[in-house]
Amino acid sequence: MYVYDQIDQRLVDERVRQFRDQTRRFLEGKLSEDDFRALRLRNGLYLQRHAPMLRIAIPYGLLSSRQLRKLAEITRKYDRGYGHFSTRQNLQLNWPKLEQVPDILAELATVQLHSIQACGNDMRNITSDHFAGIAPDEVVDARVWCELVRQWAMLHPEFNYLPRKFKIAVSGAAADRAAVAFHDIGLYALRDDAGEIGFRVLAGGGLGRTPSIGVTVREFLPWRHLLTYLEAILRIYNRFGRRDNLWKSRIKILVRDMGAERFRAAVEAEWAHLADAPSTLTEEELRRVESRFTRPAYLSGLADDTPESAWAEPGFTAWHRRNVHAHKVPGYAAVTLSLKKTGVPPGDVTAEQMDAIAELADRYSFGELRVTHEQNLVLPDVRRLELPALWRAARSLGLATPNVGLLTNVVCCPGGDFCALANAKSIPVAEAIQRRFDDLDYLHDIGEVDLNISGCINACGHHHIGHIGILGVDKNGEEWYQVEIGGNQGRTRPGDGAPGPSLGKVLGPSFARADIPDVVERLIRCYLEQRDSEAERFIDVVQRIGVEPFKERVYGDPHQEPAHRRGRLATA
Amino acid sequence: MAILIKNRRIVADGWRLLDAHAAEAALADGESLLLPLALWLERRDSLPERRAPLGVWLDSHEGPEAIAADVARFQVIAVNFPKYQDGRGYSTARLLRERYGYRGELRAIGQVARDHLYYMASCGFDAFLLREGEDPQAALEAFDDFSEAYQASPARPLPLFRRRA
Repeated sequence: MYVYDQIDQRLVDERVRQFRDQTRRFLEGKLSEDDFRALRLRNGLYLQRHAPMLRIAIPYGLLSSRQLRKLAEITRKYDRGYGHFSTRQNLQLNWPKLEQVPDILAELATVQLHSIQACGNDMRNITSDHFAGIAPDEVVDARVWCELVRQWAMLHPEFNYLPRKFKIAVSGAAADRAAVAFHDIGLYALRDDAGEIGFRVLAGGGLGRTPSIGVTVREFLPWRHLLTYLEAILRIYNRFGRRDNLWKSRIKILVRDMGAERFRAAVEAEWAHLADAPSTLTEEELRRVESRFTRPAYLSGLADDTPESAWAEPGFTAWHRRNVHAHKVPGYAAVTLSLKKTGVPPGDVTAEQMDAIAELADRYSFGELRVTHEQNLVLPDVRRLELPALWRAARSLGLATPNVGLLTNVVCCPGGDFCALANAKSIPVAEAIQRRFDDLDYLHDIGEVDLNISGCINACGHHHIGHIGILGVDKNGEEWYQVEIGGNQGRTRPGDGAPGPSLGKVLGPSFARADIPDVVERLIRCYLEQRDSEAERFIDVVQRIGVEPFKERVYGDPHQEPAHRRGRLATA
Repeated sequence: MAILIKNRRIVADGWRLLDAHAAEAALADGESLLLPLALWLERRDSLPERRAPLGVWLDSHEGPEAIAADVARFQVIAVNFPKYQDGRGYSTARLLRERYGYRGELRAIGQVARDHLYYMASCGFDAFLLREGEDPQAALEAFDDFSEAYQASPARPLPLFRRRA
């Protein structure tokens, strides 16, 4: 965990004071709705269907047990006793009261958490690989770079009123577990032949209405130049990004309109002025920030296997296979606590669970947790010896569903049940799919599938990068669902053979909600028939044979009579 | 009457802003005038004889490059913020201060509200023509919203990490 110094703390405290004053002025009628909107968004406060929503940043997914206990306390005291982990390593509260938000922010500040720039047209929470610092395939520990970028981005005076929201992700491993290519700026930390750290810099990635894969702006940017280079990109965007049309104002549109070459040239020309400016990072600053991270006191020389006795217990093997992940320190493993139990909205966690999870973190993982962009929690540093005990404890809390990476690990936005932007509900769709695939043997036989659901085109459920992506659409006031396949969040496995980032392709006309489990079932059947072995995943098959065979399976034989086809599935 | 804050004090505004459609005839008198960029570009070579102080104003889409070579001729450069959330002027200000070496008055005009002032001042503005309805006393307090900043800016030429003891 990064530990604040006095200045880090002071800035967050001053921000709370500032927002308290802004809220007071709004409630006294001295600030208009419009002005206050811009200010409250910059403090994580969004107006939803029923109530305000407060988005709390979990910086690059790092969370301590102490912070989680505070979050539990806040949900009890100011909300309805639960929270929702989003796809951007944030926690969202659905029922806070506007006038109490300054108090909530003050409480967050006591545990070094904040909501600064959690919403609004500004630089959002920096996201990263939830296995940063512990993954065996890691080249560079992304956390220190995330923190350097977090500090640079926080309250940046020039970039506080961007054309639109701006998301930065950092990854430092061979596998991409942070969907880096789908961010406004994506940073892959690398080492050159001499071992020096640098970054492959991508810009213009994103989801939403115009999904795009980021283009490479720099193949290798030496680390000292990281902040000045970010400044150059942001300045080009702040100055030239469109502000006349909400739907065309993300940096991806600027990159597209300028063309990658011209965009790159503009950034380089701007950076030529900024290179070696005082914001150029120093070895000293790098060491200073590194030294403010607490490190687990790993035991050395541990055997790197899980106790044999546990394998005999029913369920342990399946859990171990899906929810236990390799660790770079022998004798340790990372464990995902699945927040994807059937019947619970994906990513939701109750205050009681939060307290219990904090307890697990203290007992088994040095008091530390990670939040994943797939809306689960991770205990990053668990001794393999203790896996059986942890499994039993997690199971009794409903957090041991062995489905990480599988079809029922549905990534899902809050959708029409909560969100004012949604065209359709998403949570009931997730649940219906989970119920259809509740047979664990079948689920494990199907193997790895990313299934993502968004309730509207804003794509908070990242449906474009699900192997199967489902999008809620509105047709004449009715909820319908479009289905895509072939999306991929990135090279989630090391190696050149693994599929890289890709966007899903729409299968065809949309479906009624009740038909979605059938559609998914047909896609899966088609996959199972087509795969050449269990090692060939759903996404691999889609890439090999294309969308067409899946489309035929779902919509029926294209030569059949339309009336007959309509009889099978209600489509619109 | 709009309120002008300069160097954290409320002051009288001796400048008249000519709008983008001002006729050339307006240049004839001896007032302190803020010219729209287009008029300045059109008349820049015929104006040196004017005795009165000279200023120019840039709209949010007008980059500082257009006046880069002329900044020493202006006592005031104003930058317009046509909307509360239009942030282009922050970049304009930094470029004028940091790249083009402008040292005169840099004035924010348009939708300039209390809650912008700290960031505007950080980016190099030293004068602020508040929009109608702003409480001037509350505005004066805004400059102290934050006591530190991580980033380098005209207000703090070195980033925090180079200022640490």
